[in-house]
Amino acid sequence: MVSRVDVPKGGFNFDNYQRNLILQEKGFSLPKPTKTGTTIVGTKFKNGVVLGADTRATGDTTVMDKNCFKIHYLAPNIYGCGAGTAADTDKITKMVASQLELHRLATGRESRVATALTALTQFLFRYQGHLGAALVLGGVDVDGPHLFSVSPHGSTDKLPYLCQGSGSLAAISIFESQWRENMERDEAIELVKEAIKAGIFNDMGSGSSVDVAVIEKGRAEVCRGMEVPYPTIQKVDSYKFKPGTTAILSESFRNFVTITEGDAMDIS
Amino acid sequence: MDSFLPVQVSWTPQTAASGSDFYPYTNNAGTVAGISGGDFCVMAADTRQSFGVGYLINTRYQPKMFKLSNGSVLGTSGFYADGLTLIKRINQRLEWYKHAHDKEMSTPALAQLLSITLYSKRFFPYYARVLLGGLDLEGHGVVYGYDSIGSYEPCLARATGSGGSLIQPFLDNQIYRKTPLGILQAPHTLDQVKAVMRDSFTSATERDIQTGDYLELFIITAQGVDVEKYDLRKD
Repeated sequence: MVSRVDVPKGGFNFDNYQRNLILQEKGFSLPKPTKTGTTIVGTKFKNGVVLGADTRATGDTTVMDKNCFKIHYLAPNIYGCGAGTAADTDKITKMVASQLELHRLATGRESRVATALTALTQFLFRYQGHLGAALVLGGVDVDGPHLFSVSPHGSTDKLPYLCQGSGSLAAISIFESQWRENMERDEAIELVKEAIKAGIFNDMGSGSSVDVAVIEKGRAEVCRGMEVPYPTIQKVDSYKFKPGTTAILSESFRNFVTITEGDAMDIS
Repeated sequence: MDSFLPVQVSWTPQTAASGSDFYPYTNNAGTVAGISGGDFCVMAADTRQSFGVGYLINTRYQPKMFKLSNGSVLGTSGFYADGLTLIKRINQRLEWYKHAHDKEMSTPALAQLLSITLYSKRFFPYYARVLLGGLDLEGHGVVYGYDSIGSYEPCLARATGSGGSLIQPFLDNQIYRKTPLGILQAPHTLDQVKAVMRDSFTSATERDIQTGDYLELFIITAQGVDVEKYDLRKD
């Protein structure tokens, strides 16, 4: 008997999409992914790029993580800040970082920012915006410093300074009023810190501390908790429970080992 | 509480898209808590007012507790405009009461008045989570907790609003002293209660994004109402 072999069709399988819509109508809503309110920024300066991010991760109105890391490694000379769906930004940057590493091993050359950008946008476009990843991509390669923003649908922007996330409006106000071309390294770091702080204080989705990454020719530095603008307020009282707070209802002792003879253990 | 709001069912984003895009409520959030003691009552609230949708802060200082003419304190959270309207109505009724009876209304009577006022809007409720604190007829501290349509009961310690679910279990433990063996009641001093209140709010501010900026304490004793203000996180 001749059996026909079904050749698998390429592309996506949307079978469950219609089913999920019906389930939603009947009141079974889908589990919600963690979408983080965020402030992430980036700026070019004289000979490099500075990236910045806040460290608050929210689930609805609850702070899920007070100190999360939003600056993702892509290559030794390229980093990307992520806003939007936490799982998507984490996974996409990891996948692209892996692709870039293999590419470096195959070619023996330093990764280019444009390569990372292309990998990210082609992947995001394929998913038509269903991956909620908004990124600020920065790095320094053979062509010099580069700064891009990437939207969840896969469109890109190439600008000297940019912000993303729910705190982007607060952050951009700092850049629009204080940004200058060809800033020194320290000036650029200071400006990025101010922009993130504007997000931290004026956007409820952003908070805690400021993370910064500085990328220059042949050198990248990531500073976790570069500034903690609002220290934790100390408690007035102590809430340690007194020994004996937990009531003992019953006790029972059993000897698992019966010691019959022997010398005392040498513990000198 | 939201299940009491019929309009929330009929005003969904879907119906909004089909024409009726008016939604009469905004959640300005914030947290209110109250603890009663032997001869005092401490009411507390943060002062952040935020905008319902999005991550916007309207103002960092908008007190949401009000000293009423009879010396008790009403704390509101939820929809600030409804809270204000409720306060106006209650104050008006207190004034009428004073003119009719030539005395101030007692806190337990006010608690009942508040309940019927809320229930009078059973099918278009005040979107307010309120707490009433004061002294009862014997001079003991009392806190009354409400839902938005007037169900109420007196309690030792109560927290409500956006950070209420974070604070209430802490108050159960520290004030009610609930243990598996039952309630270990111990009288609390005013200083202890104030410390618990301040620490409740600093902790709630760490985890609830709609709570923060400043903490106001209203301390109600037979001598009157004292107000104290403390810093909370501003991020």
